[in-house]
Amino acid sequence: MKNPYLPIPMVVKKAYVETTDQMLRTLELVFLNKTDEEAFQYLPGQFCELSVLGKGEAPFGIASSPTEKSSLKFTINKAGVVTTALHHLEEGDEVGLRGPLGNHYPIDLFEGKNVLIIGGGFAFTTLRSLVVYLSHPENRSKVKEITIIYGARMPGLLLYKEELAQWEKRDDLNLVVTVDWGDKDWKGKVGLVPNVLEEIAPSSKDTYAVICGPPIMIKFTFPKLMALKFPNERIYTSLERRMKCGIGKCGRCNIGHLYVCKDGPVFSYAQLEKLPKDY
Amino acid sequence: MMLRLDKRDFKKFLEDLMEEFDLYAPASLVEGVSVFKKIDNPEEVNLTPTLTQKPAKETFFPQSEPMFNYKTEGHKSQMKSLDEIKRERILLGARPCDIEAISIIEKVFLSEPYTDVYFLEKRKKTTLIGLGCNQPLSTCFCTSAGGGPFLRMGSDIFLIDLGGAYSVELLTEKGRLFGKNRFLKEALPEDKRQIKELEKRAFEKIGVSIPVDGIEKRLDLMTESSFWDRVHEKCVGCRICTYLCPTCHCFDIVDEGDHARGQRVRNWDSCLSSLYSLETSGHNPRPTTRERVRQRLMHKFNYFPKIFNRVACVGCGRCIQYCPVHFDIRQAIIWTSSKRPSELKT
Repeated sequence: MKNPYLPIPMVVKKAYVETTDQMLRTLELVFLNKTDEEAFQYLPGQFCELSVLGKGEAPFGIASSPTEKSSLKFTINKAGVVTTALHHLEEGDEVGLRGPLGNHYPIDLFEGKNVLIIGGGFAFTTLRSLVVYLSHPENRSKVKEITIIYGARMPGLLLYKEELAQWEKRDDLNLVVTVDWGDKDWKGKVGLVPNVLEEIAPSSKDTYAVICGPPIMIKFTFPKLMALKFPNERIYTSLERRMKCGIGKCGRCNIGHLYVCKDGPVFSYAQLEKLPKDY
Repeated sequence: MMLRLDKRDFKKFLEDLMEEFDLYAPASLVEGVSVFKKIDNPEEVNLTPTLTQKPAKETFFPQSEPMFNYKTEGHKSQMKSLDEIKRERILLGARPCDIEAISIIEKVFLSEPYTDVYFLEKRKKTTLIGLGCNQPLSTCFCTSAGGGPFLRMGSDIFLIDLGGAYSVELLTEKGRLFGKNRFLKEALPEDKRQIKELEKRAFEKIGVSIPVDGIEKRLDLMTESSFWDRVHEKCVGCRICTYLCPTCHCFDIVDEGDHARGQRVRNWDSCLSSLYSLETSGHNPRPTTRERVRQRLMHKFNYFPKIFNRVACVGCGRCIQYCPVHFDIRQAIIWTSSKRPSELKT
């Protein structure tokens, strides 16, 4: 029987820092074993446990899209013991992985609808996965308009800057990038995500909203979505909690009777409304 | 099948078992502290205390359990899972509440789609020999929590202390394999009557007085109730109730060793610890004992029943016996039913 606690070996193919504060680093991982690679099927929104032996494990959203076959991508904020160890990995190093874990964004529901994607700061990782997936030639025709609002505190803290520039050029994506404070080279928008949302006021008709960001952003964006008449069932978010096992056994990530690791991390606001405010 | 084991043969009976099995049974660690441990010598087994301090869950879900060994050379790491156990096991002398609790945590460990191989391996290689409770404690409330002092469910073999002998009931296929044991004799005609008498006395002693029935629905209305402002007040967060609870199954996972070699270990953890849910950012979704006590009680009596159709409490009363500030879970349960449904929200 498969032991769900045993990591599979991955190799760091590429590693690079994303942000000027040096706190966010992207790892591109490839499978060491062909059989592991074939068994690994995922969708945007899912996560993995990455482990550095001797340091421990931590959960990270998958930033790559299943349409990108070459590697799995994770963007890691340096915050504690495991993430610091992950920041120290070099190309060619081995790293353990368990996953894919959890549920994914409700891609089936998006078919034939507009999708509004709202992201803030380094929570943009699984949203990147979603954008790349939906905008892939195989999938683009399945949804109508794709609108992306992405904000960071400063231009240097935006993730995936080169890709953002490419998305900007596409006419089948409406991308709005905003920062809280610009600098002398910043030509884009300056403003907080909730205010930018209010300003562009996308229609809620036939539209699903996916929102992922720091709690303070979510707190102020949610009322703006309400004002735009998005029903709770069409607003989705991805939650983070302290996790250990990632498979619904160790107990700590529950919100009410649901576990973020196995029933989430993606929840609709209609679901969250019924749960205790334990998050 | 009902048999009988003379107490004079008990030690030899255990010796027989130990030839074939690893035997786990209640034994005193030091004066007054008894736990389930692997028995090296039959003299150690002590079935007298009604409840061991630590529950029998430890036999399947040890307090600290190595999950795999690893070693790294250059860029390459090797891992070896430690889930396999070599010998078949017997858990002897577990009380019905502890046996029931094993079937409760089993729901979590074996639920789809991920099977906990460590739990499964021990579970499928263990024969459970339960022991009826002739002398329930004042803190026992199993009869209110869906169990009973002589509940056979979950046991492969069930023992009842008849004074000079044990009544031995072989209940399952696994249990009936022991039918040929040379020390098991035919039951006496009067055994049945004596058992009935013992059961009656034990039931009467415990009574059915704690309103566990319907608690899930009552708590549905109480998530944000002021009830929680009150109920947590004396909890000091020592976490002993969770460690000694036979149905608590939370664990932490840590690496012991360095990058070159070591092992990944899981250890019992507790939702009453402030570190349990503390995130690296400093954010804690359960910042005070109010939220943590709510989590413990809601999990047992509301969240768990929603998933598995049963409260995650067997009424063993250990949390009442060993709480340093006399927090009584029975009192908390009674409070939930002391208001009219329309008032529960406040």
